[in-house]
Amino acid sequence: MRKSYLKTESVVEYSLSTSMVLLLPIFLLYLIYFVYPLGRLFPISCFEPKFTFKNYAQFFEESVYFSILLRTLRVSAIVTVVCLIVGYPVAHSLAYAKGRRLVIFFACIVLPFWTSILVRNYAWIVLLQRNGLINTLLQWVGLVDEPLRLLYTEPAVMVGMIHFLLPLMILPIYSVLKRIDPNLVLAAYNLGANPWSTFLRVIFPLSLPGVGAGMSIVFVIGLGFFITPALLGGPKNLMISTLIENQLNINDWPFAAAIAFILLLITILLMMIFNKTIGFDKIYRREL
Amino acid sequence: MRKEYKLRCGYLLLNMTVISVLVFLVLPAFIVIPMSFGSSEYLKFPPVDFSLKWYSEFIKSERWVGSLWLSLQVAVCTTVIATLVGTLASLAMTRGNFPGKALVNTIIISPMIVPVIILAIAIYGLYAKLGMIGTRAGLVSAHTVLALPYVFLIMTSNLHQFDISLELAAMNLGANRIKTFFFVTLPLIFPGMMTSAIFAFITSFDELVVANFISGIRGTTLPKQMFDGIRLEVSPVVASVSSILIVVSIVTILLLQSLRSEEPKSQEGRSLGSKIDI
Repeated sequence: MRKSYLKTESVVEYSLSTSMVLLLPIFLLYLIYFVYPLGRLFPISCFEPKFTFKNYAQFFEESVYFSILLRTLRVSAIVTVVCLIVGYPVAHSLAYAKGRRLVIFFACIVLPFWTSILVRNYAWIVLLQRNGLINTLLQWVGLVDEPLRLLYTEPAVMVGMIHFLLPLMILPIYSVLKRIDPNLVLAAYNLGANPWSTFLRVIFPLSLPGVGAGMSIVFVIGLGFFITPALLGGPKNLMISTLIENQLNINDWPFAAAIAFILLLITILLMMIFNKTIGFDKIYRREL
Repeated sequence: MRKEYKLRCGYLLLNMTVISVLVFLVLPAFIVIPMSFGSSEYLKFPPVDFSLKWYSEFIKSERWVGSLWLSLQVAVCTTVIATLVGTLASLAMTRGNFPGKALVNTIIISPMIVPVIILAIAIYGLYAKLGMIGTRAGLVSAHTVLALPYVFLIMTSNLHQFDISLELAAMNLGANRIKTFFFVTLPLIFPGMMTSAIFAFITSFDELVVANFISGIRGTTLPKQMFDGIRLEVSPVVASVSSILIVVSIVTILLLQSLRSEEPKSQEGRSLGSKIDI
């Protein structure tokens, strides 16, 4: 009797040794292909072969490099704000949509989400090029006389990034809005609030966790964006990630490692701050 | 009366904003499809004539077909390894009880948070040392690490929704642990495993940043070939490949939808998850 009880319990709750065996493969993989390579970055960046902070000094002292960091932060911040302004109304409509409307809305958000970023950036190149659709339209309307230079500029990079990151802003806000008790909205109406003040004083404050989660995830991903700046940006609008590639191409491996390490520190720091203030792991844990 | 008018205008404005955002999201993908059927050397929209020139160019080119084949091989290997390893880990995390669980959880998810470019150059450094640049094993290992967080998150949420009393019932009816696992647990978590497999497959099949650094001359994957095609020559073959990829992503979404209806209990939008690749 007792024996079978133990056996039953062990299928539901694994012992320490069973858990360790199950976790062993993932640990080995992470150790060799994740922890070890990342752990090497810092030593590589400051031993060549003697210990030096030369590469870090170079990054922060030479304005060329430091301005690239500032640009990356600025572009990410602008993209985040635009995504919020544009994405919030969509999340709101999505949360209250029903039936066929809901299906169409979801399809419009999910399809780009699953389309390769290369395909999407390629589409933007076609649209933004000198004789592309947007320039043709602008000329046809008569807004401009000759084609504008749209491609390989900073705004082009931002458009490409917004296009990629918008679903990541919409989905967390949507899931928080969806969980708001509809009775609260009814209560506000009952107490005489109009739709606008109901939104401002009831719905919006309750959706703030989703807003925080969306903003932090968009900002952090924006910092490490590589493909879009490489394809839609010109040589004059380098971002941190494209700078890393450039340094690697000219074989300055320690300097590339130093920049990567700086980006890694910034990312970890931001994630810790966001997690403390917003606790967005809670939202994502329920989400995924 | 006036108040109602104002309200109506507000809703109209909201709807128009939403529709234009949705058009902004969807339209670029659809621009590519008609363009791929043109024959012009330059990217023209709308295309002037209809031809399958760029599709046949794609099929005839050894470089393009070779890269597609390599990508498929790497993606399939990644899918199998990541789904199995990730499922085992999520079993341990949902049913095991050991100290430091929260920390282990964070570590398993962290490849999703670390910018891919950093991982890419770190792995490049490692592979350069080991002579693994351009090898299939190298690509599979790196992609597996990138895919594991997705598999882990999907499987963990699946197992949290799992009704354990079903297993207890099986045991009570005389099945042993192994039988219970294979005849009760496995069939029930199978839809979740398929969803994870799709995420893992797409993660690898679409991955460019790591592949860009470690593919070398020998191991050009399809995304890398497209990246070079766009960056160096703006080749119209890219348009035909892109159109094929758009069809693949539509099929993926439909597959996920059908899997979702089989899951034990699904919340809206959960399986859509958050696929983050840069």
